[in-house]
Amino acid sequence: MSTEARVVLNADDVRRALTRIAHEIVERNHGLHGLVLVGLQRGGVWMAQALAEILGGIDGGSTVPVGSLDVSFHRDDVGLRPIVPGHVTDIPMSLDGTTVVLTDDVLFTGRTVRAALEALNEYGRPRAVQLAVMVDRGHRELPIRPDFVGKNLPTSRDEQVAATPEGVTIR
Amino acid sequence: MKHLLSIEDLTADQIHGLLELTDHMAEISSRPIPKVPALRGKNVVSLFFEDSTRTRTSFDTAAKRLSADTMNFSVSSSSVNKGESLRDTIETISAMGVDAFVVRHKSSGAPLQITQWTNASIVNAGDGWHQHPTQALLDCYTIRTALNRRDGFDGLRIAIVGDIKHSRVARSDVQAFAALGADVTLVAPPTLLPPALVNGNSPDWPVTVSHDLDSLLPDLDVLYLLRVQRERMDEALLPSLHEYSALYGLTAERAARLAPHALVMHPGPMNRGVEMVVDPGELPGSVILNQVTNGVAVRMAVLFSLLGSGNDLKETA
Repeated sequence: MSTEARVVLNADDVRRALTRIAHEIVERNHGLHGLVLVGLQRGGVWMAQALAEILGGIDGGSTVPVGSLDVSFHRDDVGLRPIVPGHVTDIPMSLDGTTVVLTDDVLFTGRTVRAALEALNEYGRPRAVQLAVMVDRGHRELPIRPDFVGKNLPTSRDEQVAATPEGVTIR
Repeated sequence: MKHLLSIEDLTADQIHGLLELTDHMAEISSRPIPKVPALRGKNVVSLFFEDSTRTRTSFDTAAKRLSADTMNFSVSSSSVNKGESLRDTIETISAMGVDAFVVRHKSSGAPLQITQWTNASIVNAGDGWHQHPTQALLDCYTIRTALNRRDGFDGLRIAIVGDIKHSRVARSDVQAFAALGADVTLVAPPTLLPPALVNGNSPDWPVTVSHDLDSLLPDLDVLYLLRVQRERMDEALLPSLHEYSALYGLTAERAARLAPHALVMHPGPMNRGVEMVVDPGELPGSVILNQVTNGVAVRMAVLFSLLGSGNDLKETA
């Protein structure tokens, strides 16, 4: 906590990374048809919203539905850490047959993503699920990999990484 | 939080925390597949020494939605009928590995007593005239959502009408509503008021007392009707059900004098034609079925806080 936070990406870098990811999403999926963005509570929600805005601009006026997902009750460490009330799941449509792009700020052990994949099943059966993260900091504990990455950032386990629209910092 | 025995044991912050957690549970309940693995492997035993339909099935549903295993202990087919004591019953079931007991008992204080005999968490599902904390929490949640009062009940006017004296629901509700900041008025004939309130105010009851329902009606945000327990008629506490209904029953005339936004609540089971003279289905402000629906979500929040949450709620708030 005593060390200063080091800026890895500034707000402009984050915006450019998001723009690139948005284009990669369009390219991979041959357009936006059947696409749904789902942000993981809490850190992935801003990213889903920002991507939806950029995607709308790329593919002339089409809007991509955005949801948010709280995975607290699906985690494998339920009971080891408290859940933070007030960030409720909001998935306003059935996911049957859609392509879901999960978004999160930082990909670390992969356990949150595993919980998210399980939680998603309760809202329907997506045709495919893809993963977009602003930062991949390594140290995976499960066989999970991202499809779209803002920044690959080598870290040690005890460092803390924060990714917001204002930038990415490490301390 | 290890046990939930009484609303008195909760701070206002803890009540708010449970209501916020209930938002998550309500969302789970609205999913196409309303089940999460949060309490996998936990064993919840309901132990009902008194009759109940909604509370028992509500707890059962709540536990199942969180993937806990549930066991129903039914007194009528148990060794209690062979004279087994409450303590032996608890110790025997505990020996099979129980994480929580949901207890209803006719004696006030039985759930507290049971905490001495087992390491499991105890949830009070109604003890005598004393407490029914999950009912109070689901009532708070219902008001909070229906009137959009997420931050508390400051200035909200709530009247609780009926047999206050014998009602664990009234006791629990008064404490919970007052903790959240509401102004609570109790309306009842003097014979059905708790002794402490018959001659005026009591420090244990943060309420105003009235015997005149009609003058209150236009100013209420919530009208909460209690069940008239018919067995009270034998104790000569009421001259007749007809008279009760004339003075305190919700008739069409009285319903018409309620404010348009006012809620009508009832913990069930209802006595139609006594405290509820109108058909509640015709009342725009009736949230009686919402209470039942919310009951499941609130009980999920309670079970999760006792069994699944890593820390005390107030630390996470």
